[in-house]
Amino acid sequence: MRFGVRALYQNKWAILAFAAMLALLIVVPLSPVLDKYTMLLTFIAINAMVTLGLCLLMGYTGQVSLGQTAFYGIGAYISAILSKTYGVNPWLAMLIAAAAAGLFAYLIGFPIFRLRGNYLAMATLGLVLVVYTLFRELGSLTGGPDGMSGIPHLSIGGLHFNTPATRYFLVWSFCLAALVLSQNIIRSRTGRALRAIHGSEAAAQSVGIDLSRYKVKIFVLSAVYASIAGSLFVHTLRFVNPQPFGFLASVMIVTMAVVGGLASIWGALFGTAVVRILSNEVLLRFGSLDIIVYGLILMVVMIFVPQGLFVGLRDTFQRWRLKRARQEAPT
Amino acid sequence: METGQFLQYLVTGVTMGSIYALVGLGFTIIFSVTGIINFAQGEFVMLGGMLSFILFDSFGLPMGLTVVLSIAAAALLGILLYLLGIRSARKASPVSLIVITIGASIFVRGVAAEIWTKDPVRPPYFTGSESLSWAGAYIQPQVLWIIGTALVAMIVLHVFFSYTTLGKALRACAISRQAAGLVGIDARAMALIAFGLAAGLGAIGGVVMAPHTTVSYESGVMLGLKGFVAAAIGGFKSHTTAFFGGLLVGIIEALTVAINWGPFRSEYADAVALIALLVILVIRSRSLSAGERAS
Repeated sequence: MRFGVRALYQNKWAILAFAAMLALLIVVPLSPVLDKYTMLLTFIAINAMVTLGLCLLMGYTGQVSLGQTAFYGIGAYISAILSKTYGVNPWLAMLIAAAAAGLFAYLIGFPIFRLRGNYLAMATLGLVLVVYTLFRELGSLTGGPDGMSGIPHLSIGGLHFNTPATRYFLVWSFCLAALVLSQNIIRSRTGRALRAIHGSEAAAQSVGIDLSRYKVKIFVLSAVYASIAGSLFVHTLRFVNPQPFGFLASVMIVTMAVVGGLASIWGALFGTAVVRILSNEVLLRFGSLDIIVYGLILMVVMIFVPQGLFVGLRDTFQRWRLKRARQEAPT
Repeated sequence: METGQFLQYLVTGVTMGSIYALVGLGFTIIFSVTGIINFAQGEFVMLGGMLSFILFDSFGLPMGLTVVLSIAAAALLGILLYLLGIRSARKASPVSLIVITIGASIFVRGVAAEIWTKDPVRPPYFTGSESLSWAGAYIQPQVLWIIGTALVAMIVLHVFFSYTTLGKALRACAISRQAAGLVGIDARAMALIAFGLAAGLGAIGGVVMAPHTTVSYESGVMLGLKGFVAAAIGGFKSHTTAFFGGLLVGIIEALTVAINWGPFRSEYADAVALIALLVILVIRSRSLSAGERAS
């Protein structure tokens, strides 16, 4: 009976929360009161795709990566260069960028995942800085520190994604698709293998899980998510420079994942939203205060709720429901 | 290339290498005692340099005193990081500890930018700026301070860890914390000492470096990464190897600038050092992960 009660509450509340979120998402760009948040929510969706990749990698598989913004940047720059400089169709550019980012992740994945923990973190941090240096220094290709502007927008047939509302719906469709896809992966054989690797690599190996194959697989997926997010980013903003792909941007993605609770698909969205809203609506007014706050969030959350803020809150809420259900149930 | 010019690049390489060596020694101290990689190590170097400038510039303290105070303050912050950040996170996984030290690192950087300045600063030279000439290369006195400090630090650490009781107790924790506990060594106190020592050493690096290279609130990341490369070459175990690892990174970097052709251009000097990091890590991955499991 206990499980029955628990499952009922879990489902009911999850469905309610999901429906409320969808309703809110549809209302925002259409309502005259809330439409000033359209841009903010567009960027939340873009960032959430990057965070989601990191959550799959860090939360479910236990592999730290400080390198997600490298793939985000690769997607952004390949899309920008192909579509602007070479006049390639933006959709095709996005596809090529995603394939390139995935291939790159695949090629470096095998050597890099021979490393664990601290060394993996440092190697991926090194990766971000190398890629960032290339964006900045390959001036003839990338426009250097000043970046490139006038990047074309996306369109299908006669539908042009060139207004805030159309871009918003486009970006959110991608983001929700990525979230649902990830949810399915987590519940599949692959998802179970990933969690087994997180639990114990030795135990996972002993039941026949090919460690490096699964790690690289999820690394490639996270790179593709980040790359698509990067492409959407440049076609939305129609401008790109190296700044959103550096070390601090990577730390921001880690902060989002940590707030979201690492091992939670919807937490990735929650964490991204919280950090992004905090930084855009509050911290932007106080100069370098944002990194102080990120630093504090990272430390405090990891010390007191190492499973992450969203998961911590969700677990507390579930325990409270369960306790009440048990008290009410006649014994 | 002329000999004099080559020597000049070599001097630059050894100078920067000595700074990386000091950062690398800090990584090695903390890792060898606690098994933790302190991602905030580069920030202590930045703090040392910034504090020595601020104390000199804003309070007009004599240089000798600012040096001592900066190092002491950084060491104290290192201890605080351990007490508040590391020790209070009980049963923390390595992933959590990485995130905590990264959090500490950007926190410190943000505070430095907020309360002091975002511009690079340069404290005065220790002993003037009149260059010495040697075989066609010019050497500033501050360069000798930097190289000398790294060399002395390496030797002192080696003697300390090999011949003193406290040093041996610290090493005992590195070998087995449980066994060290059984013979009455307080592993937590040792970890606290390691953090204080590493932070102080980082600040020493910052203090001697700042008059030569300038220092800004952002200096910590790159210094931390290159120091990490230095320490990784030594597998985070050996102080002497970390020292020579640091020199190697510095020399590779200076030679990249010297060659200045194809991918080896001054703009890419940092990237070349980082690619060296990736290569070293991957080549050494077997022995590194073996070391991690043992600790």
